[in-house]
Amino acid sequence: MTAIVLPELKNGSGGLPSQPTQPVASHRRDIAVPALLIEDASKRFIVGRKRKPVVAISHVSMRLERGDIHGILGANGSGKSTLIRLISGLLTLDEGRVEVFGHDIVRDEMAVKRLINRVSVDAAFFKKLSPMENLLFAARLYGMDGTRAKREALQILARLGIGANRTTRPIEQMSRGMQQKVAIARALLTSPTLLLLDEPTTGLDPRSKLDVQTFIEELRETHDATIVLTTHDLAEAERLCGRITILNDGRVVAEDTPDGLIALVASRLGRPATLEDVFMTFTGRSLDDDVEEDESESDD
Amino acid sequence: MTIVAHELKASYAFIERNFFLTRRYWGWEIAFLVYSVAGALSISLIGADQGSPTLLLTLMVGAIFWNYLSVVFSWIAETISVERWEGTLEYTMMAPIRRWSQLLGSVLYAMVYGLVHTTVILIVLILFFPQLDLAGANPVTVLAFMLLGSFSFVGIGMIAAILPLLYVERGAQMTFVLQSCLLLVSGVYYSVEILPPWMQVLSHLSPATYVLHGVRAGLLKGTSVVDLFGDVWPLLVMGVVFIPFGLWAFGRAERYAKRTGKLKRVG
Ligand SMILES: Nc1ncnc2c1ncn2[C@@H]1O[C@H](COP(=O)(O)OP(=O)(O)OP(=O)(O)O)[C@@H](O)[C@H]1O
Ligand SMILES: [Mg+2]
Repeated sequence: MTAIVLPELKNGSGGLPSQPTQPVASHRRDIAVPALLIEDASKRFIVGRKRKPVVAISHVSMRLERGDIHGILGANGSGKSTLIRLISGLLTLDEGRVEVFGHDIVRDEMAVKRLINRVSVDAAFFKKLSPMENLLFAARLYGMDGTRAKREALQILARLGIGANRTTRPIEQMSRGMQQKVAIARALLTSPTLLLLDEPTTGLDPRSKLDVQTFIEELRETHDATIVLTTHDLAEAERLCGRITILNDGRVVAEDTPDGLIALVASRLGRPATLEDVFMTFTGRSLDDDVEEDESESDD
Repeated sequence: MTIVAHELKASYAFIERNFFLTRRYWGWEIAFLVYSVAGALSISLIGADQGSPTLLLTLMVGAIFWNYLSVVFSWIAETISVERWEGTLEYTMMAPIRRWSQLLGSVLYAMVYGLVHTTVILIVLILFFPQLDLAGANPVTVLAFMLLGSFSFVGIGMIAAILPLLYVERGAQMTFVLQSCLLLVSGVYYSVEILPPWMQVLSHLSPATYVLHGVRAGLLKGTSVVDLFGDVWPLLVMGVVFIPFGLWAFGRAERYAKRTGKLKRVG
């Protein structure tokens, strides 16, 4: 069965981005190819002649199945954005490999690029251009034609609470949260099958946050998208993520379901725990050694 | 075939976006046009002042066509620096498009923009100097050299675009340095024969030298393109050599940027 499905997956996912890989979805259960596979990835940054390189990502491995929403938590500077950039091909790997739906990100660069999109913390746009002009440019890069791009952009923006009348004025006149919503729309417009969300809701008001979260859930259900989500909002992580990886200094220190992590920390602390306790436990520097021991135990 | 269609669509994306940018900054575009017209006019007036119609035309051609080449050149380089500045470069780099289609879009837009810009300046100058006699000019030669010139400037433009790719704040300014060096050696306002021999060697390596020589011959003497083959083939060779070299160099720079994390600005 798998042997039959595999080539079909290659076709579907290698095609134009405007065609979400429908035929594959129906075979979801049969597919052994993970949506995202990271094996032993490492990335160092050279920051000066005399200084030691910064190890941003160290021997990280991860596996996501189709339809997963996978959270990445970690303190500032723990390597979340670097990991997202490595998957996006914006940084090259020093070691290890990354595959998206069976395509190697280096060898099958174009195929992978068609499948992914990314939202980062900062909403980068041509600030003098309108949201519509910006979205049209982004959509065309992914092979969409203008009429369809405009129609779908309006739908997505409306869904995120931005009316059609706001789409023609320069984006610089929008508030930060509104710009962030346009950034989310930009990513969704290209129907990515793997969506990389780097703190997408940072800076949004509670209602907008909720809008975006509901939308992310909808996306998984209706578009069959797989999502990597980094966030500092623990309630958001708990609500959305099927599994959570915790990074500390570029290394994976824990990975489990939110409940699994909470149970683990609860038993360690000897009292009921929250996801906040989990975060504190695994990212606290004083507990580093403690954590490493635990890692090797739970890894077996 | 679908791949080519897809890439051409991507090229169109850059054309359309640059058009949107021009439209949004139209006030600035007019100011820039005034600046260019004033510059070309003041240089041409040196010729009028000397009472020499030939000098007037020579300087005028230099001013106008130097303007064309630098507009084309800076649009190509700016395609990168604007994106770098706005932070959108990471998104453009993530898109499933090849660099050549990005380049093609930028170049086509730059040429159309440059052509419109240059035509306006030309019209103003012709109105300003009614004594000019362009009856014997060969417009085909002029146009042919403009197209050939843009073609050979593409590779240099790509190489120039590397600077803003790697250095956000100062990279764009550095392209001006490159431009002024080209201005110096290309015989824009004087003949290259007066340059010291070592500089003349450099002038043979600048496409602008041949473009200006060809345009002047076409405009002043009505020489046909065929008779100017000596200026045509270096331009063709430079296009054929510089464009792949520019793409290759840009690719190298892109990989360097991805290895060292230079593409990112925030987050
Ligand atoms: N382009 C770069 N050049 C040099 N060092 C970098 C670069 N990008 C990231 N780093 C370093 O790599 C480490 C991880 O950074 P990263 O941006 O991935 O953290 P993060 O987990 O996303 O943090 P935050 O929660 O603040 O967004 C940091 O020490 C950072 O200084
Ligand atoms: Mg980050």
